[in-house]
Amino acid sequence: MSLSRRSTHLGIAAGAAVLTLTLAACSGGDTTDDPTTSDTGSSDEPVTLTLATFNQFGYSGESEGGDYMYDLIAEYEEAHPNVDIVYNVADTSNTARENFFTKLGPGGLADIEAIEVDWLAEALQYSDLLADLSNPELDGRWLDWKTAAATDADGRLIGYGTDIGPEAICYNVDAIEAAGMDASREAMTAAIDGDWDNFFALGQQYTDATGKGFYEENAAVLQAMIGQVAVPYEDQSTGEIIALDNPEVKAIYDQLTAASAAGLSAGLSQWGDDWAAGMANGDFAVMPCPSWMLGVINGNAPDGNWDIANAFPGGGGNWGGSYLTVPASGANVEAATELAAWLTAPEQQAKAFANVGAFPSQIDAAASTEVQEATNAFFNDAPIGEIFAERAAAVEVAPYKGALYFQVNDAMVNALRRVDEGVMSADESWAQFEADVQAIS
Amino acid sequence: MTITQPPGVDTPASEPRKPAPPTFRQRLGRLDVKLSPYLYIAPFWIVFALVGLFPIIYTAVIAFQDWDLVRNTGEFTGWDNFAFVLQDREFWFSLRNTFSIFLLSSVPQVIVATVIAAMLDKNIRSKTFWRMGVLLPYVVAPVAVALIFSNMFGDRYGLVNSVLGDFGIDPIAWHVDIIPSHIAIATMVNFRWTGYNALILLAAMQAIPRDLYEAAAIDGAGTWRRFFSVTLPQIRPTMIFVIITSTIGGLQIFDEPRMYDTNGQGGSNHQWETITLYLYKTGWGEFNFGRAAAVAWLLFIIIVAIGLLNFAVTQRLIATDTMAKKSKNLKKVTK
Repeated sequence: MSLSRRSTHLGIAAGAAVLTLTLAACSGGDTTDDPTTSDTGSSDEPVTLTLATFNQFGYSGESEGGDYMYDLIAEYEEAHPNVDIVYNVADTSNTARENFFTKLGPGGLADIEAIEVDWLAEALQYSDLLADLSNPELDGRWLDWKTAAATDADGRLIGYGTDIGPEAICYNVDAIEAAGMDASREAMTAAIDGDWDNFFALGQQYTDATGKGFYEENAAVLQAMIGQVAVPYEDQSTGEIIALDNPEVKAIYDQLTAASAAGLSAGLSQWGDDWAAGMANGDFAVMPCPSWMLGVINGNAPDGNWDIANAFPGGGGNWGGSYLTVPASGANVEAATELAAWLTAPEQQAKAFANVGAFPSQIDAAASTEVQEATNAFFNDAPIGEIFAERAAAVEVAPYKGALYFQVNDAMVNALRRVDEGVMSADESWAQFEADVQAIS
Repeated sequence: MTITQPPGVDTPASEPRKPAPPTFRQRLGRLDVKLSPYLYIAPFWIVFALVGLFPIIYTAVIAFQDWDLVRNTGEFTGWDNFAFVLQDREFWFSLRNTFSIFLLSSVPQVIVATVIAAMLDKNIRSKTFWRMGVLLPYVVAPVAVALIFSNMFGDRYGLVNSVLGDFGIDPIAWHVDIIPSHIAIATMVNFRWTGYNALILLAAMQAIPRDLYEAAAIDGAGTWRRFFSVTLPQIRPTMIFVIITSTIGGLQIFDEPRMYDTNGQGGSNHQWETITLYLYKTGWGEFNFGRAAAVAWLLFIIIVAIGLLNFAVTQRLIATDTMAKKSKNLKKVTK
């Protein structure tokens, strides 16, 4: 769980600098309100709304501590003179998570609280404490799987989607060339396009040629592979853990441990110091790469020569993303819902993308010129907007994540790391994974 | 007598003297004597009751329930939480790690702190500079210390391994093997606390009467003999304080193992997961606050037990010390 939580934080923070630069030229001066959420129905009584997010959502540079092109908070206040917005930003999503669950019951949360997809399953357990935000007028605004993940069993929508993390494959051009392979974007896209067996075969070719690991570590690839399994660890109706009986889980484990036995995994634990240094030193050639990872790579390997393949093994994949929720106990639920709907409208999310590079979950925002024309200089001017919009459209599966998802996934990550680190053999580690999972309750 | 008596004041000489009922002032005065001390310490006890006692008791209540943090409700489950924790392999791993890290940090720390204090106690130039210098690591936030050291102890690109490599020593898997990871974490703890303890011990050493050393020197005791026979026995009470505080701190170690790698889970095989880290993971990771409360109480009991053990040992030490003194005095008398 810490994997992706930390990652989004790092990613968004680092991505900010890169994208604000590259997108400076593509600004549209359009400031019209979203017609679906215009304030026709609401009263003009003065109201103070509190908004709480974490890291950088790209709403206001003043509160988030960045030099942004647009200030969405000021824009809303200008259009609604009776609304005063108090915007608080937590430093990490972990801080926000603890605050959210501590105050969700007794009260004291902001009128709008941002939550991350990693703790969405936990929040869904308490969906009755959050306002139902479903609104027929907003149907079709978001990608289907984004909305489906935030809808509870009774059909209540607890959050409006903000950003997502569609995954492509980033690769180190020099490393790929050193293996005697064609490192052009087109060639790599064609080479990676296919299933996971194809990906591991490509890796074998690379490892045989260079003697180095192909990808960073097994746990990183697990993230991508398990994200394509519709029902990975828990039974959808009963909530019982099925990870040990699910042949797909064991198949992924076997595939990954076989790959690491063949030397494909560089064994660099994600987000660690060695991982960052290994990225700069070319210890591995490719990595699963959600949109927010670009800034992380740029930050860790500023002198590197990296590019993005517009392909992802086994179909599309998503890693990370957030929602805006409205706690039901708030004093201004109606006005808060209106603001949340406005902030997550395609126009605003396109601006947030321009501000910090948070890839929008709205279909229209992904199609907007602001996103489509975005390029990234560090990745050889790759058309990142176009690539990630295509990658987002390729996502077919929104895996079922129940309340125990991250505990089981952590156990799986540890099982794979034990094999990568040489602490245990693949069989021993699986046996311990079984024991760990049985202890979860 | 009567002459000196001021006019207007007559003494009822004939009546037998009855104790006059205490005036308001007197009563206030008596109350002052009896109550004031309690009032003076009341703020501490009120604050302690609010932030110390109440949480301890409330934690005990939660420990017997399947607790839902958000709804603030729980279902009574008896000893289930304790039974689970005591049967959980992870708990015993973390207990092992906690004691191992505690021993690896506290023992060298107290020894080195004593040596540093003894050196600072000598007549050296720019005393204040050196004394402040040893305290400097204490000023650095533990999280910052952990970040720096976990980088130095990197498995592949760490400074320590590359220096070891220069001496032809194979790189050590600091984040994989159990004992190396404990040594690395203990190093962070020692870096932070050694200077602090050294200053406390130094204060105790400064209070030793100098004539003891002179007498010892005249009797022909060398530097080492003076250190072992004068300095160490004289600073024993302070030493006990230092040992007890570092025991409590050592058993509650959290920041360093949490920050030792970026995942903060204590390693893929619980290599450096401590009890507090286990508690945190159970509570905030698994959202199982009933069980986390049970862990908290088990840790509390362990600390109390070890505190009592410490106390018993030190009592005995002091007792033997005074007995030795008494017998010496007796000898003097009989002479």
